[in-house]
Order: sequence, then structure tokens, then C-alpha cells
Amino acid sequence: MPSIDPKAFILGCSAIGAGLAMIAGIGPGIGQGYAAGKAAEAVGRQPEAQGDIIRTMILGQAVAETTGIYGLVIAIILLFVRPLLKAF
Amino acid sequence: MKIEIALTLFGKEIFIPETIVNTWIIVILLSIFAIYVNKKIKNAKIDEKPSGLLNVIELLVEGVQSLVESTMGADKLKFAPYIGTLALYLLVANLFGLLGFKPPTSDYNVTFGLALITFVLTQYYGLKSKGLGGYIKGFFEPMPLLFPLNIIGEIANPISLSFRLFGNILSGVIIMGLMYGALGYFSILVTPVFHAYFDVFAGVIQTFIFIMLTMVFVSMAME
Repeated sequence: MPSIDPKAFILGCSAIGAGLAMIAGIGPGIGQGYAAGKAAEAVGRQPEAQGDIIRTMILGQAVAETTGIYGLVIAIILLFVRPLLKAF
Repeated sequence: MKIEIALTLFGKEIFIPETIVNTWIIVILLSIFAIYVNKKIKNAKIDEKPSGLLNVIELLVEGVQSLVESTMGADKLKFAPYIGTLALYLLVANLFGLLGFKPPTSDYNVTFGLALITFVLTQYYGLKSKGLGGYIKGFFEPMPLLFPLNIIGEIANPISLSFRLFGNILSGVIIMGLMYGALGYFSILVTPVFHAYFDVFAGVIQTFIFIMLTMVFVSMAME
């Protein structure tokens, strides 16, 4: 059995790590969907306040998105900056 | 289009990346636009109705002012020029991807710089409106034990603000790049829809969120 090139091994593990980091996308998906559902309810109850509701909803969704963006940034760093390869 | 400049100055090589060149293109374009509008406003007659471009400019200025007034309160209208500048710059920068350039906001240095401005504004106006005692006391609330958490929370604001804009725009750039690479000549048929989503929709929404969060942070620090 041929031995694995250490560089290729690190790159492969980085790719797996990037994929795992993107699991963080589940959280913001649930959170944003919940916020949008509540906003739809609020518009149904009070259609005249639609502008304010949409603004508040988008602001809340942006804050909920932060954790997902952190995961994305980790994935991008693992794939393109490759810090583990430099440590090797 | 890709413009990169490599200078050799005093025996040292200085590399100016694409995003800085694009930023300067945007700054020059916006400056020319501002000078042109300024000339037009000075020549306009006050007792007549505004026409053409001036109508659009008036709409823009009034929109920014009413947004600042409704989010920060009427006493903080002095922030409207900064918010307007930020909105114009971010809007043009995010939509720059449509022209085939790399959007400057897909460079972390740009977004972190903008978030640092917000951070300094927050701290400065917090210090100014609360006084030194009130400002320091704000870190020990609701109880002194939470002091380290408050410090971390304060530092996390610019980081999350800059990562949000950077992540959204960069993910759009990466996905568009993958799509152009995968589809080749057929990309003309598919990519317009994704350009509309990643560049126009995400760009406008992220601009709005960035200026809204800036206003919310500053006005929260002043209360």
C-alpha cells in the first residue's frame, strides 16, 4: 500500500473540516425562517405596520445570520488560506 | 476586469491589490457625481420645481434623513451625512460585481475598516453623552461580575458587523466564480438569475443592514 502524501492528507482533512463547518448553516436557517414566520403573522394581524415589521425582521435576521457567517468564514479560511498547511 | 498594480519604490516592492484599485475607481466616480450634482443644485432656481436628476437626489437625501430620524431620533440628525455617505459607498461597492469587477467589500480589510469607524463612533459618542463615570459604570452593569463579558460584547460588535458584510459578498463572489467555471459557454443562460440574487438582492440588503446596525449601535451607546 503506497503511503499517503502528508500534504494531500492535510488538504483533504481541511476540506472535510470546511464541510463540517458549514453545518453551522442550519441554525441561521431555522432562526431566519422563524423570524419570517412571526413577521408574516404580525403583518396578518396589523397590515398597516408592514414597513416597520419588515425593517425589524430584516434587522433581527441579520443578527441571527452572524453564527452562520462565522461558520462560512472558517470554511473559507480552511479552503483558501490553508493555515494548517503552513503549520506543517 | 482585473487591475493590479505592482510598484517598486525605494527598492521595496509595493503591491496594490485589485480591491484597492476598485475602491479608488468608486471614490473617483462618486466624487465626480457629487461635484456634478453640486453644480446643478447651485444653478437651480429655488422658487421652481426641481427636475430630472435633482428629483432623484432629493428623494435620496430625504430618504436617508427620514431613516435616521425614525431609527435614531430627531435629535441625532447630525449623523445623516455619514450614514448617507456609507450607504452610497456600500451600495456602489456591492453592486460593482455586476460590471465584472471584484467588489471591494469582498476584501476583509475594507469591511473591517468600515466597522472600526462604527466602533470608534460608538465609543466616542457613548463617552461624550454619558460622561467618563457613566461610561465606565456601563461596563459594570447589571452586576460587576459581568465586566469581562461586557468588554467581549463590546469588541465582538465590529467583528460581527464586518464579518457579516464580508461573508455575504464573498460567498456571492465564490459561488458566481464556481458557476462561471462549471458552466463555461452556457453560463450566459443561467447566471443572470444568480447575479440578481447574490449581487443585487444581497448587496442592497447588506447595505441596509450595515447602516441600520451602525445607527442602532450609535444611538444605543448614547442613551
